[in-house]
Amino acid sequence: MFARLVRSEPAYLFFRSPAAMLAAVVAILVIGGAICAPWLARTDPYDLSTFSLMDGLLPPVWQGGDPRFLLGTDDQGRDMVSAILYGARLSLMIGLMAMVIATVLGVGLGLAAGYFGGVFDAIVMRVADVQLALPAILTALLIDGVSRGLLPPEMQQDLRVAVLTLAIALSLWVNFARTARASVFVERNKDYVQAAMIMGQHPLRVMVRHILPNIMGPLLVIMTVDLASAILLEATLSFLGIGLPADSPSLGTLIRIGMQFLLSGEWWILWVPTLFLVALVVSINVLGDFLRDVFNPRLR
Amino acid sequence: MLTVENLTVEFPGRFGVFTAIEDVSLTIAPGEIHGLVGESGAGKSTIGAAIIGLLQVPGRVANGTMTLGETDLRSLGPVEAHRLRGERISMIFQDPQTSLNPLMTIEDQLIETIQAHEDISTSDARARAIALLEEIGITDATSRIKAYPHQFSGGMRQRVVIALALCTNPELIIADEPTTALDVAVQSQVLDLIQRLANTRGIGFLLITHDIGVIAQITDNVTVLRNGKVMETGPTDKVLRRPEHPYTSALMAAVPPLDRKLDRFLVPDDDTPDLAAPTGRSAADAEAWLSSGTQALGEGLLVENVTVRFSGNRTSLFRKPPAFTALDDVSMSVRPGTVMGLVGESGSGKSTMAKVITGLVQPSAGRLCLGGTDLPLARERGRKDPSRRLIQMVFQDPYSSLNSRHRIGDILAEPLWLYGLEADADKRRDIAAAMLDLVGLSADAIDRFPHQFSGGQRQRIAVARSLLARPRVLICDEPTSALDVSIQAQILNLLKDLQARFGLTILFISHNLAVVRQMCDDVTVLKGGKVVETGASEAFFTQPDAPYSRELLQLTPGFTSGAAA
Repeated sequence: MFARLVRSEPAYLFFRSPAAMLAAVVAILVIGGAICAPWLARTDPYDLSTFSLMDGLLPPVWQGGDPRFLLGTDDQGRDMVSAILYGARLSLMIGLMAMVIATVLGVGLGLAAGYFGGVFDAIVMRVADVQLALPAILTALLIDGVSRGLLPPEMQQDLRVAVLTLAIALSLWVNFARTARASVFVERNKDYVQAAMIMGQHPLRVMVRHILPNIMGPLLVIMTVDLASAILLEATLSFLGIGLPADSPSLGTLIRIGMQFLLSGEWWILWVPTLFLVALVVSINVLGDFLRDVFNPRLR
Repeated sequence: MLTVENLTVEFPGRFGVFTAIEDVSLTIAPGEIHGLVGESGAGKSTIGAAIIGLLQVPGRVANGTMTLGETDLRSLGPVEAHRLRGERISMIFQDPQTSLNPLMTIEDQLIETIQAHEDISTSDARARAIALLEEIGITDATSRIKAYPHQFSGGMRQRVVIALALCTNPELIIADEPTTALDVAVQSQVLDLIQRLANTRGIGFLLITHDIGVIAQITDNVTVLRNGKVMETGPTDKVLRRPEHPYTSALMAAVPPLDRKLDRFLVPDDDTPDLAAPTGRSAADAEAWLSSGTQALGEGLLVENVTVRFSGNRTSLFRKPPAFTALDDVSMSVRPGTVMGLVGESGSGKSTMAKVITGLVQPSAGRLCLGGTDLPLARERGRKDPSRRLIQMVFQDPYSSLNSRHRIGDILAEPLWLYGLEADADKRRDIAAAMLDLVGLSADAIDRFPHQFSGGQRQRIAVARSLLARPRVLICDEPTSALDVSIQAQILNLLKDLQARFGLTILFISHNLAVVRQMCDDVTVLKGGKVVETGASEAFFTQPDAPYSRELLQLTPGFTSGAAA
């Protein structure tokens, strides 16, 4: 299995693309760090009792800081390394969840729209158009506002992550739906689909078992690129204060907090999470671009 | 004029260097039409590309000499080579739909080409362009020249492509499958034009094609290629009628003759090694399984007064677009246990007929009848309708008719599972393996994916899939037109065998009259959605009634080998 993977076409192209390899290394480091945050981080940034104000605003080690805090601390005395690892964990989790929801929703609707066509297709696509006309932030604000109005206050805090995820997913599904629909239009006239239809197979079976595996290429590309968008969107929303509160900081929240210190000389509080976010998003995007090239033989 | 000696072309790749062309020599004199014939993958197009200097990267000419007149083609720098292309060598491509720029008028494209090679005023260039168009047989050239490519028909467009190639008065034209995308009537016009240009202008043609009929009709000399090597070369008549090389004679034997019906084709030796030894499941098992559950069809397939209309393109928001009539009051009857050929040019409604019978297209009028009972039309035909199993289809393109993400075993087991013919998964696998043996594939193919097979093998798999439904009626939509002639012969043999053994009723759709003659008991000719003629095959081929049928038969480039008799 592994040997086959190494000999496969994508692997061959991968090992000849320095950019893709570098991006993969960065992405693995960042994602690995986020996953292993509980073991890597020396403090829990969500537990206010573990840090002391005495350690506040320490610069990174190479600027004469405390060796306990590699990248310094913020004003609360929170270890930046721990904060970033936990923040990235949260950002990635929200991004992944949103991406998965958007994929399921978008691909499902796109498949059905492309397969059945007609009125159903028209309805789905007009909804998609409307969705595209609303910026993601507006969607998020809407859902946020509605959930604030509908849910009891004690639940709101717990559901912040869910609301954020849903808002991001809703602004990303259109991409999937459009791509899936366009690919289905191409595939459904191919003979293997016609053969399945002639045999009288159930439409659901034709869509899921026959068409879906054949349109996965472009969808995989969108999944990667949209994962990066989802992470960025989460960061934006949190930065604007619609997202996660300061006591459970994601990367965006960390950047928002860091903003206050930009002019007072404590640059690391802003720059460290920002660079981390940029590295994560850029590496995922480079990988997405690489996948696009792999799945589009015309570009080779 | 053109001399190619010991040409070797290599493609360095991931798994080592692939030699596409090995030690090929040929010469073309002015006014000579030199045919280059071979099956797909033989390297025909690569030779053309090497001569004109447009090999696909990373291909390279590894050895040999190519001279045009006094010019050594291999020693040219990129700039000189660029000038030479068009000025002395031109190229005609297969598909006239894509070789013209759809956004430029014919006039602009011709003038651009002329001015690229000559310092000439636009009005002179236009005059030359019009003269050219008239020469290649476009009437009313002065006004037609302002048209865009989409306003021309396929044959006209191919003429314009030829005019483009002629713009600069080349010595040599490389024509890569110039008539493959065209109907027979148009094909014969284009071939006549090529012949005339060779005679009057003394242009040498390198005519690349897989169609032996075309070769027989117009070429002076022919070179037969196989796997990048020259098998045989010489005057066309001699090579085709008295082939010396065993491969050539095998190839000729596989060409279906138009003028008589053969029982079976002699099939050239397959040089692909046999897949591993077959397992215990043999063709006999599959045969027993097939005959155990099939019931004879009392009556055949009846098509009565079927009319199909497609809505046209909407041109106005408020008016309903005029309907396009694909089939107009078509009736025919396929007798049980016989093969009915459905022939016609592209756009005549052949495939629409297949879709009506299989329930993909809803006719606006008409009735279908299978085995004495009414066959529900598309919208009324439920998913569980028994006809879903009784009627199976074999498609033209074996590359798209099998789902490339499924293993052969899953593809074959699907009908067994779907129609509830076999409940046990292991038994389904056994039956599928046996069926593979029946269609001439080794049973270990069952765990592979479609892309691991050649076109001919895939078509066998497609036939196996359709048989696993225990069908009574098989619709074959151009089942061999995507295949090489030797593979075509194998598939036709297979279909004939299966038809004879299981008494299948087959509707065989094809544009190739020679193939139809080999396969069919009856023939129906369609033109523009109407039935022109229907009747017994032998009568049709010997004494066609309708003038259109006679014309079709006459225009089909015929070739009769002496070897197959």
